[in-house]
Amino acid sequence: MKKMKSTSLSEHWYSPLQDAVMSFVPGNSTYKTMRARSARTGVLFILPFIIGFLVFMAKPMVESFIMSFNDVTLIPGQGYSQSYVGLNNYKHAFTVDPEFNKYLLEEVGQMAINTIATLVMSFVVAVILNQEFKGRTLCRAIFFLPVILSSGVLPGIEHQNEFYDMMAGMAEAMEESGVDLSATLQDLLSLSGVGGQVFEVVFTMIDSIYDIVMASGIQIIVFLSGLQSISPSLYEAAEVEGCSAWESFWKITFPMVSPLLLVNCIYTIIDFFMKNDNRVMELIYQVTYQDFKFGISAAMSWTYFGIALAFIGIGAFIISKAVKSYE
Amino acid sequence: MSKSKTVFIGENKSFWERNRRSGGYLLKRETKRTVVSIARALLMFGLCFMIIQPLLIRFSTGFMVEQDLYDSTIVLVPRHLTLDNYRIVFDLTDFPNSMVNTLWTSLLVSVLQIISCTLVSYGFARFEFPLKKFWFGCVIMLIVVPPQTIQTALYMNFANFDIFGIFKATTGKPINLRTSILPYAMMSLTCMGLKNGLYIYMLRQYFKGVPTSLEEAAYIDGCGTIHTFTKIMLPDAVPTIASCFLFAFVWQWTDIFYTRNFLSSYSIYSNQLSSIVSRMARYFSADASKAVIVPNGRQQQLIAIGVLICCIPLIILYCFTQKTFVQSLAMTGSKE
Repeated sequence: MKKMKSTSLSEHWYSPLQDAVMSFVPGNSTYKTMRARSARTGVLFILPFIIGFLVFMAKPMVESFIMSFNDVTLIPGQGYSQSYVGLNNYKHAFTVDPEFNKYLLEEVGQMAINTIATLVMSFVVAVILNQEFKGRTLCRAIFFLPVILSSGVLPGIEHQNEFYDMMAGMAEAMEESGVDLSATLQDLLSLSGVGGQVFEVVFTMIDSIYDIVMASGIQIIVFLSGLQSISPSLYEAAEVEGCSAWESFWKITFPMVSPLLLVNCIYTIIDFFMKNDNRVMELIYQVTYQDFKFGISAAMSWTYFGIALAFIGIGAFIISKAVKSYE
Repeated sequence: MSKSKTVFIGENKSFWERNRRSGGYLLKRETKRTVVSIARALLMFGLCFMIIQPLLIRFSTGFMVEQDLYDSTIVLVPRHLTLDNYRIVFDLTDFPNSMVNTLWTSLLVSVLQIISCTLVSYGFARFEFPLKKFWFGCVIMLIVVPPQTIQTALYMNFANFDIFGIFKATTGKPINLRTSILPYAMMSLTCMGLKNGLYIYMLRQYFKGVPTSLEEAAYIDGCGTIHTFTKIMLPDAVPTIASCFLFAFVWQWTDIFYTRNFLSSYSIYSNQLSSIVSRMARYFSADASKAVIVPNGRQQQLIAIGVLICCIPLIILYCFTQKTFVQSLAMTGSKE
């Protein structure tokens, strides 16, 4: 069989580029081939994306990356001027700014916990919603509602006034004096002395269950569609062979759905990092539009983006390893 | 006739008789099933209630007068009904005006986004072209990079908009585009709007799942690429595209990031809502220049009404289009 890929005689690192040029040059020997035609139409179809990406994504990204190493001042009507300051912006963000470090640590910690909790939660809910019971359609509809209710401006809005923190503090004090089931349980379990740290994490998850449910609408649907694509004959065969429901869950359901873990994990992390009630985001916005410190805000957002990317990488790595072992 | 009637062994026997014959297995199974279904019902009810409850509370507190808020004997049903709160929130958020603006901007933007995303995703799903992997990597990057990273640079770009210095050469000054919807419309048309990478990804997954034989048949019959796309691919893709459109519309409706950055000169509801607290302080003072501190409970109440007004159209929309909504997500998980 002939090689499908190469039209040029020898493969170089630049041969895709060469192909790209060749298929657009009329009169070229390969211009009229099916391949070249398909390439031309394909590029035409994605042309909006190419233009958009170059103009509204790549260019601003490069600019903002440069900005993060510069001191930027606005000149009204003219644009802006930059002067190179090296890593000073990053230094300022980490050492001078009183809140950036704190918020960053908080958000990252929260994210790590929330991502795991969201994945577990949405998986469990999807498994339940996949079973037959009365009112299933209604339940599905309700579980998907958070996609609307927790998007954009809505989730953070009630927390944004300064009284809120005070009120939250008071509520906590009240809870401590009264009977709080989760707190009591927490005390009991931490008394037993085994893995106090672990319990703390678990209880943070339980306390933030509302946030987790509100963040897992899309993930539930993705898992659910994965579950529905498993053919029922697999379960039948397993049952005939004497497999219990528990076993068939771990031997069939989990491995079949686990590729979706990766998609969901990445989605959850991105979703969390881009939320508007995220304090780092608020801070960056404030630095940009109220203090007009463009260089520093660029440095902050690049730091933030770097951390997000690292997390996505770690998540993807762990999950792809874990999933592979099932195959 | 006799074939259709299945006769179970021991059908007419009592439950206990059957249980005895099965050696206690039947009872065990039935108990297990009941316990599981009760536990499931409890869990489902609890979680559903948790999602719905804030809406109910917002709805009921919206009709309360201020003194009802601090009355601990009142939980859900207000004692003194009033519609004043709604009037105040309407005033605060510039209501009919901002809603109309939100509606047309969201519609325009999401239509533009979905048109371009559909074209692009079809291109990615069906054609082989050089550097395809690279460009698809760029789509993934679009999903991953938070727009906040580039907001400063975008702000600068549009505040002093210029294409290769043309405007500067002709009018002496780059134009400030931040005051119109144009920049965001341009971004939408080129797939750079809110979460557009995701829509491209979802639609591409759909198009990849459609067998190519239909298009090949059309091609053999002399149908051109554009015709094949519009006459054969698009009609089948309508539910998925509609689903992506709904996402785009709903997320645009509540979006604050792009609205704040690009549409700040229009009165958009989400924008009004996000700054409602500061406007409240001015609204309640007799003298417009001085701000008073609005009691916290009252603030929460008014914000809750604002949120509710924002949600209600979306929830109504969701009720009617629930099936369509979920459509495109079903493809997301399918493997490459």
